[in-house]
Amino acid sequence: MAELSGKYLVGVYDDDDTVLHAVPRLRKAGVKIQEVYSPFPIHGMDDALGHPRTRIGIAAFMFGVTGCCVALTLMIWTMGIDWPMIVGGKDSISLPNYIPITFELTVLFTAFGMVTTFFISNGLSPAAHNHERFDVRATDNKFIMAINVGRNSMSEDEISRALRDSGAEEVNIKQF
Amino acid sequence: MHVTSPVREPLIQGGKTYADVTEDICRHVEGKPTKEWKIAFGISLVVLAYGSCCLAWTWWEGLGVWGLNKTVGWAWDITNFVWWVGIGHAGTLISAILLLFRQKWRTSINRAAEAMTIFAVICAASFILMHMGRPWMAYWALPLPNAFGSLWVNFNSPLVWDVFAISTYFSVSLVFWYIGLIPDLATIRDRATSKVSRFMYGTFAMGWDGSAKTWSRYEYISLILAGLSTPLVLSVHTIVSMDFATSVIPGWHTTIFPPYFVAGAIFSGFAMVQNLMLITRVVYKLEDYITLEHIETMNKVITLTGSVVGVAYITEFFIAWYSGVEYESYAFINRATGPYWWAYWAMMTCNVISPQLFWSRKLRRSITFTFFISVIVNIGMWFERFVIIVTSLHRDYIPSSWAMFSPTRYDIGDYIFSFGLFFTLFLLFSKYLPVVNMAEVKAVIRSTSANLPKKIAGVAKVRQREAAAPLFNKDIE
Repeated sequence: MAELSGKYLVGVYDDDDTVLHAVPRLRKAGVKIQEVYSPFPIHGMDDALGHPRTRIGIAAFMFGVTGCCVALTLMIWTMGIDWPMIVGGKDSISLPNYIPITFELTVLFTAFGMVTTFFISNGLSPAAHNHERFDVRATDNKFIMAINVGRNSMSEDEISRALRDSGAEEVNIKQF
Repeated sequence: MHVTSPVREPLIQGGKTYADVTEDICRHVEGKPTKEWKIAFGISLVVLAYGSCCLAWTWWEGLGVWGLNKTVGWAWDITNFVWWVGIGHAGTLISAILLLFRQKWRTSINRAAEAMTIFAVICAASFILMHMGRPWMAYWALPLPNAFGSLWVNFNSPLVWDVFAISTYFSVSLVFWYIGLIPDLATIRDRATSKVSRFMYGTFAMGWDGSAKTWSRYEYISLILAGLSTPLVLSVHTIVSMDFATSVIPGWHTTIFPPYFVAGAIFSGFAMVQNLMLITRVVYKLEDYITLEHIETMNKVITLTGSVVGVAYITEFFIAWYSGVEYESYAFINRATGPYWWAYWAMMTCNVISPQLFWSRKLRRSITFTFFISVIVNIGMWFERFVIIVTSLHRDYIPSSWAMFSPTRYDIGDYIFSFGLFFTLFLLFSKYLPVVNMAEVKAVIRSTSANLPKKIAGVAKVRQREAAAPLFNKDIE
C-alpha cells in the first residue's frame, strides 16, 4: 500500500460482471488500472488486470520441505543418536514409526509459513488497520476500480468518460 | 453473477443482494446482545462454573476422585476426549474437503462449523490435561529431554503422535478459520460506528482492502490450506484410533480402527453441526442462508457415515469370531451380552438404526426430526467410545480382577465442564463474529435483486435476460 500517492480516479461499479467486463475494455482503450477492490473474489480478475500469477505456492512447498526435514532430523537424532532406544524390538531408527509426526510437522510448517508469507506479501498486519482506502463500500457491495491519474497518459476527463462508458455508476476523485 | 440451473434451488433464498447479506449477518454482531443470548450465556457460565469447581477438585485431590479402578484405568476421560475430537472433524470436512469438491453449499455453514471444530478440540484437549492428573507436567509430552536429563520422549508411541496431531490440527484449523474471517472482519470494521469496535475489528482485519491481488492470493492459500487440512483431519482420528489399535487389548487391537474412527467422527460432527445450526438459524433468522437444502444435504452425509459406522461394527464382530482368537471373541460377546449390554445396544440403536430413517425424504426435510436424530446420534457416538474403552477393559485376562466402572460426581462434573466451556465459547463467537461467511456467500448468490428468480413450485425460473442470452463464460453452478 506504500505506493499510494497522487491523484486517483475511483470508479464504483454495482456488479461483479460489469467490472470484470469493464477491465479489458478500459485496458484496450489505453487506461492503466492500478487495482480493483471487491467484497469477494472475482474469478478471472487477476488475469484481466494482467497481474502475474502468485508464487506463494513455491514458498509453501519450501516451508513444507523444511518441516519434513526438521521432523526427521529431530526424531533420528533423539531416538537414534543422542539416546538410542529400542522399543518393541524395532530398530532405534525406525522410519515407519516416524511417518505420522513427519506428516504433522510438514503440514504445520507449510500452513504457518504460507500464511505468514501471505500476510507479508499483502502488507497485512495488525498495525495496518488505519490505512486509507479508496472506498469503504468495497467490503460491502461495491466494486471499486482505482486509476492513478499521474501514471496515465490520458487526461482526467477522458478516463472519467471511459469509466462511465464501461458501466461505472459513480466516478470519484481521491487524493492521497 | 452466476447462473443457476432452472431445475435447482438457489443456494441462498429470499432474493438477497450483496448489501442484504452484509446487513443480515452484521446485524447480530453490531446490535446489543438479545435477551435470549444473555439467558443462554448466563446458563453456560453457570454450567462452566460448576464444571470448573469439579475440575479444580479433581486436580487438587487427584484422579482418585474419579470412578477408575485397577482394571478400568481409562473411562470417561478418554471417552470424552475421543467424542469431542470426533465432533471437531465435521468442521474441517465442511471447510476443507467440501472446498476441494467444489460443494458451494458449504459457504453458509462453514464458518460456524469451523468455530465448532476449534471449540471442540479445546474441550478434547482439556480431557487430555485432566487425565494426566498433574497438568502442570503436561510439557513432558513435548520432545524435551526427559526430566531434563538425556532421555527423550518415545517417538514410536501413538500417544506422542497424538500430541503432535492434536496440536497441529488445532493450530492449522485456527489459522484456516482466521484467514476466512479476515474479509468479514474488514466488512464489520468499515461499518463500525464506535471507535472501540473499529479499532478491535480493524486490528484483527489487519488492513484488509479486498484488492484483486490479495483475493487471488487468498483463494490460492485457501485451496492449499484445504489440501493440507484434508489429509490432516484424516490423520488426526487415525492417530487417535491408534492409541487403542496399537495396544494388545482384545477389542482394541484391530486394523479396521482408523477408517472406522474417521467415519464415526464425521458422523457425530455433522450431528453436532445440525444441532448448532438449527438453533442458530432460528435465533438469528438465517432461514434464507441455511435452507432446507442444506439440512437435507447434511442429513445425507449423516446417513452415509452412519452406514459406514454400522458396517464397521458388524465387520468387527464378524472378524472377532472369524479370527478364532478366544479372547477377541469373548470381548465382543461380552460387549453385546455382558453386564454392559445396554451400552452396546444403545450404541447400535442410536448409530446404526436411527440414521437409516433419513432414507425417507419427508423425515430428512423435517427440522424437528433432524434435531432429534442429531441428538440421538451424539448420544450414540458417546456410547460407542464408552463401549470400546470400558467394556474392553472391564473384563481382562484374570477373572478375579474383573470389575465394573461407575462414574462419580467428578466424572460427570468434568464432562459437564466441557459442555460449559463449549457453549460459552460458541455463544461468544456467535455474538462477536459473523456466523456466516459473508464474502463466500456473496460469491455464490446472484448479483442483482431486481432480476432474481421467483420460485414457482419449488423450481427456480431462469432470469429472462439470461434465458435469451446465457452467459457461458462465467462459472455455472
